[in-house]
Amino acid sequence: MALLEVTGLHVEFRTRDGTVPAVSGVSYRVDAGETLAVLGESGSGKSVTAQAVMGILDSPPGRITAGRVLFRGQDLLTLKEERRRRIRGAEMAMIFQDALSALNPVLTVGAQLGEMFTVHRGMSRKAARAEAVRLMDRVGIPAAKDRAGDYPHQFSGGMRQRIMIAMALALEPALIIADEPTTALDVTVQAQVMDLLAELRRELAMGLVLITHDLGVVADVADRIVVMYAGRIVESAPVRDIYRRPAHPYTEGLLESVPRVDRKGRELYAIKGLPPNPRRIPPGCAFHPRCPRAREVCRTEVPPQFEVAPERTSACFFWRETPGGTGAPDGTEMRGGTEMPGGTETPGGTRAPGGTEEGDG
Amino acid sequence: MAERPAEPILEVRDLVKHYPLTRGVLFKKRTGAVRAVDGVSFELAAGETLGIVGESGCGKSTVARTLVHLERPTAGRIRYRGEDITRLSGRALKAVRRNIQMVFQDPYTSLNPRMTVGDIVGEPYEIHPEAAPKGDRRRRVRELLEVVGLDPDYAGRYPHQFSGGQRQRIGIARGLALRPEIIVADEPVSALDVSVQAQVVNLMERLQAEFGLAYLFIAHDLSVVRHISDRVAVMYLGRLAETGTDTEIYEHPTHPYTRALLSAVPRPDPAARARRARIPLAGEVPSPAHPPSGCRFRTRCWKARERCAREVPELAVPEAYRASGGPAAHPSACHFAAEPDEPDEPYGTGEAGRGA
Repeated sequence: MALLEVTGLHVEFRTRDGTVPAVSGVSYRVDAGETLAVLGESGSGKSVTAQAVMGILDSPPGRITAGRVLFRGQDLLTLKEERRRRIRGAEMAMIFQDALSALNPVLTVGAQLGEMFTVHRGMSRKAARAEAVRLMDRVGIPAAKDRAGDYPHQFSGGMRQRIMIAMALALEPALIIADEPTTALDVTVQAQVMDLLAELRRELAMGLVLITHDLGVVADVADRIVVMYAGRIVESAPVRDIYRRPAHPYTEGLLESVPRVDRKGRELYAIKGLPPNPRRIPPGCAFHPRCPRAREVCRTEVPPQFEVAPERTSACFFWRETPGGTGAPDGTEMRGGTEMPGGTETPGGTRAPGGTEEGDG
Repeated sequence: MAERPAEPILEVRDLVKHYPLTRGVLFKKRTGAVRAVDGVSFELAAGETLGIVGESGCGKSTVARTLVHLERPTAGRIRYRGEDITRLSGRALKAVRRNIQMVFQDPYTSLNPRMTVGDIVGEPYEIHPEAAPKGDRRRRVRELLEVVGLDPDYAGRYPHQFSGGQRQRIGIARGLALRPEIIVADEPVSALDVSVQAQVVNLMERLQAEFGLAYLFIAHDLSVVRHISDRVAVMYLGRLAETGTDTEIYEHPTHPYTRALLSAVPRPDPAARARRARIPLAGEVPSPAHPPSGCRFRTRCWKARERCAREVPELAVPEAYRASGGPAAHPSACHFAAEPDEPDEPYGTGEAGRGA
């Protein structure tokens, strides 16, 4: 059984100007001891998905309209709030990007950490305090005993992030969701924090969902990756495969636009256009206005998840033409497939190559 | 890339910026100073890009702000085409400022939300009316918008109607309005989405070629800096640690801080995970109000010895490399730059720094 299994999740926001879809049918799974990276740009729905899973979605205006969130086989979305609250913190915890606003500014960090133990574990205040110091020590805060009496603002950004990690780990949850945990940090501090997370994850055999926009961080720590665009998953794969041979044009473009030494002095590859406004997501494949591979069918039909290989999917009608679909970057093997569902005649006259259809559309 | 021309257009010597720390409300008593920039020297040639990298608090943004006179330096000299512009004021300062313009990091807060895009881009002409005759300004603004890849018909819209990348283009258009020779860009792509960063970097490179601009490009993203820069300066706690061409810095770093910094950058290549030899830094950056004596990096450096606490290392080509030349022969502010020892504890085992 997967530790966490999200299926067909839909989230929308009700605003004055109408309903805005933020997440449109997202499915992923995380096993114990595994790190899943959720990669996406702003507005892709990666954080909203996490909030829905954690049960901390601002509601209203947010609303889960469909889907299931199975945690150890139990659908969290059907649970009473009281029961969810007990799972939150004890069995699944979240780490946020901005530790300064996530921590209580008027409580010492020792008191905040200790509270986890008095509330959830019914410890005495003295015992909880000792646990708090032990945790601070564990996440590498020097002179933990002296610093437990300090307030969040008295710590540097990296140390604050460690305190938040300590707080998330306090009750040794089975699952941690980290939303851009190092984005606000300098690169040397980022390295320290990511190492700490990886080490603790190994030690406690936790599942980790790492939400990020940083291709470097993903390559460094993730086992598997799902790439999100405009509220949908466009590609999911083991991390090694996706960097070598992406199977979706968006992933391809992202990887291609990373500055590389051997391309200095040349133009960077740039995905044209802008990420779509969630209020005006293009019909068909949301990426089609920016996609160099787009054809007629992409404008009208939402691509389903095609199975590219075991454990690998791509939501692109033309995945066979991508590096991940051909096995060779030059796309020699294309056009062998069966006709697609509703296989439209493309302007060039070729049939849209199909793939094995899988999952929801 | 190009051979360095003899005549730099911008010359910075021993630049110092201290912010006084005071106590008391009525009778302010000076109790110390934050030494944000503490003796920085570099040159910028026409048409060249100098990248400045460093972590938050190293003083890179303060350097940028003093160059465009948003801050007054505490000491040091800034020369523009041989003329000392450090203490200029009034009309003379205004004349120089036309030639040195700035592009800011945050396209969300650096554009006035109540002004139309056309007014924002054309505002420099209000301040420098001699740059464009009144009747010509509308046309020029449209031209500028087109140059940065925006529809000139958008001139009547407001900043909130644009995305982050488009706003950064507006900021760049404003920076170009007076046809400056130098653009100081402080983290111009950091706030942008990955897919949009490349567009803005390409735009800046295209504009550089078209208008012969010199860039001072400040960023913490080391791969972007490498891509765009001819030369790179690494800053730590108010001072330059190392300078050189991009290859010299990235392929042959000799300062321990540069080595640690480069080793911490995650590579978008999962296959490299196993080969990764990261140099962990012990502790944290010391407060710029109380920097360590001697070498400022010594408290976190695995090479640090007694001499490092005593003597401030000069930014100079290490003695040992001077005769031989080669890519290691570039300025480095480390007493032991020529000693190629690695930190003795492998990555991940904890403390690697042994302060002197």
